[in-house]
Amino acid sequence: MKTAASDVYDNTSDDPTRPPVLILGDQDFTSVTDKIAGIVERPSPPRAWYIAFAVTVSMTGVLFAMILYLILTGVGVWGLNNPVGWGWAIVNFVFWVGIGHAGTLISAILFLLRQKWRTSINRFAEAMTIFAVICAGIFPAIHVGRIWVVHWLFPIPNYQAMWPNFRSPLLWDVFAVGTYMLVSLLFWFTGMIPDLATLRDRATSKVRQMAYGFFALGWRGSHRHWHRYEKAYLLLAGLATPLVLSVHSVVSFDFAVAQIAGWHTTIFPPYFVAGAVFSGFAMVGTCLVPARQWFGLKNFITIYHLENMNKIILATGSMVGLAYATEFFIAWYGGNPNEAFVFVNRAFGPYAWAYWIMVSCNVLIPQLFWFKRLRTNVVVMWIIYIFVNIGMWFERFVITVTSLHRDFLPGSWGYYKPSIVDILTFAGSFGLFFTLVLLFVRYLPMVAMAEVKTVMPIADAHSGERRAVGDYHGDIPQEIRDRRSHS
Amino acid sequence: MSTPDRTGVLYGLLAEFDDATELVAAVRKVRDAGYLKWDVHTPFPVHGMDDAMGIKGTQLPFFVLAGGLTGFALALLMQWWMNAVDYPFVISGKPLFGLPANIPVIFELTVLFSAFATFFGMWGLNGMPRLYHPLLTNERFRRATSDRFFIVIEAQDPRFDLPQTKQFLGSLGSGFVEEVHESAED
Repeated sequence: MKTAASDVYDNTSDDPTRPPVLILGDQDFTSVTDKIAGIVERPSPPRAWYIAFAVTVSMTGVLFAMILYLILTGVGVWGLNNPVGWGWAIVNFVFWVGIGHAGTLISAILFLLRQKWRTSINRFAEAMTIFAVICAGIFPAIHVGRIWVVHWLFPIPNYQAMWPNFRSPLLWDVFAVGTYMLVSLLFWFTGMIPDLATLRDRATSKVRQMAYGFFALGWRGSHRHWHRYEKAYLLLAGLATPLVLSVHSVVSFDFAVAQIAGWHTTIFPPYFVAGAVFSGFAMVGTCLVPARQWFGLKNFITIYHLENMNKIILATGSMVGLAYATEFFIAWYGGNPNEAFVFVNRAFGPYAWAYWIMVSCNVLIPQLFWFKRLRTNVVVMWIIYIFVNIGMWFERFVITVTSLHRDFLPGSWGYYKPSIVDILTFAGSFGLFFTLVLLFVRYLPMVAMAEVKTVMPIADAHSGERRAVGDYHGDIPQEIRDRRSHS
Repeated sequence: MSTPDRTGVLYGLLAEFDDATELVAAVRKVRDAGYLKWDVHTPFPVHGMDDAMGIKGTQLPFFVLAGGLTGFALALLMQWWMNAVDYPFVISGKPLFGLPANIPVIFELTVLFSAFATFFGMWGLNGMPRLYHPLLTNERFRRATSDRFFIVIEAQDPRFDLPQTKQFLGSLGSGFVEEVHESAED
């Protein structure tokens, strides 16, 4: 147990006088590059990668088969009915967009807040943002019914000489999600340029050198470039921060601007944003916990990093719980009988099962993270992440379906059930997501090497007392310093 | 690729360092010696280097401001022209042009144009993309993106004098000084 540095030093200490070490294992710059770049430089990935890839590509095939069937047949292949005209398509859309939010929170908001621990996980989380938004974008595009006129969503001249209606939240969504996708891509790519240059410079084959070299844009680590690069990164973080808050707010307007009881509430934007961050962190954790194990990244993505994520999950999960309670309180206190009915119906009506799955997974189970022993145990946390993923999907299902299925006219009440096509399309979207994740871990550096180097104590150019306690860095604890001087 | 190509025009001199602390001290001396066309190459942004090199601020934020204002104006004009002028139609009794309903799109396009201005402004100011550079043909320089630090003084610099500059770089504590040449085909 006492051989590796990661065992010697527990970096989850709660002692505030001892800043946490972010990168374990007595690393220097060379070992960081060798480790991270080495993962993508392996001649062939492990067999498990191929098996996983085969599974996810098959699921992606199912997704596209279902989309084709939908386009050739019509939205009747889904379980939609009257009054529930918005089913799994919108549920899945909101679910996937929400997952993306963790990436932007980690990359932009934690950057502005100078949370140095973000450097180990931001690349992976940002990649997930992009993949999740791709999955999300599919659903509104295919749910329009006549997909061949989907370009009417955009302000492009069409044969009817007609423009989109900018007074509709659905159109705001097009702009919000489109902007979010593009800005996330720019941010992710900007962060990756120095690392692509590293891969270019280490390339042993002409093909790799040309491919990585093309995307590295001629990066040479020039400090005159770094100066502008860091400014650009800061500006992009500053732009992405209000953007990420706006995206799920706009998504919530799809509901909140409507007149349906249970939707027409002002709490929706903050409640949706908190839920998005909550679900996104759970999905980042779902992918990171196995990835750090399989790719030997435990010295980079340490228990301290995971513990911090779990604290954010606990905080945002509790915010979501508070939002559920507030909705109920206002439904009673507001005195609107329709509103009150919708909420009683949510908790005790035909969809009570879905409501209580949501409450258990989102509010109750994450409370286990109050216990340090549980939030630092990788098996426990991974199981909780799965519950949160399930719970947050059900949240969107509950919001969408329970408000619609019994609206103002009891004569038109109904019960909504998904069809097999709904289920396979949703399952297929996971296939697409994980296919993209697998390609990412195979071909791109999953930890931001250049950024990780800045938070290592040896990166600090200051000498004397300030050494290793510079702006970016965690301190080297005394016992590690002693151990180094002995060896 | 393995041996430095000494047939082309001299690009400059390269000095290698192992450590960020030594590098910053050396960089200060290069700055004080009055060189103008020189640069420092590091695997990550070294803290305090702007000051050591004497780099002033960048114009990038003005590009971003211009991008943001363009996005703002474009979004406002587009929504007004499309919904209130070119194809007016009343929906749910809403005004043809009312600012509250147009704010989300204005906000999104402001952010979008600012982000593009940041991204491409950084490219433009940094002279990117660039697929060829003399330094990229140097075998030793490949570690500039991994674990070594370099100071490069260009031959174009008015104060550049091959033997003297070489000696100066050698005196800064660098373990290695080398000439970099343009590739011969150019």
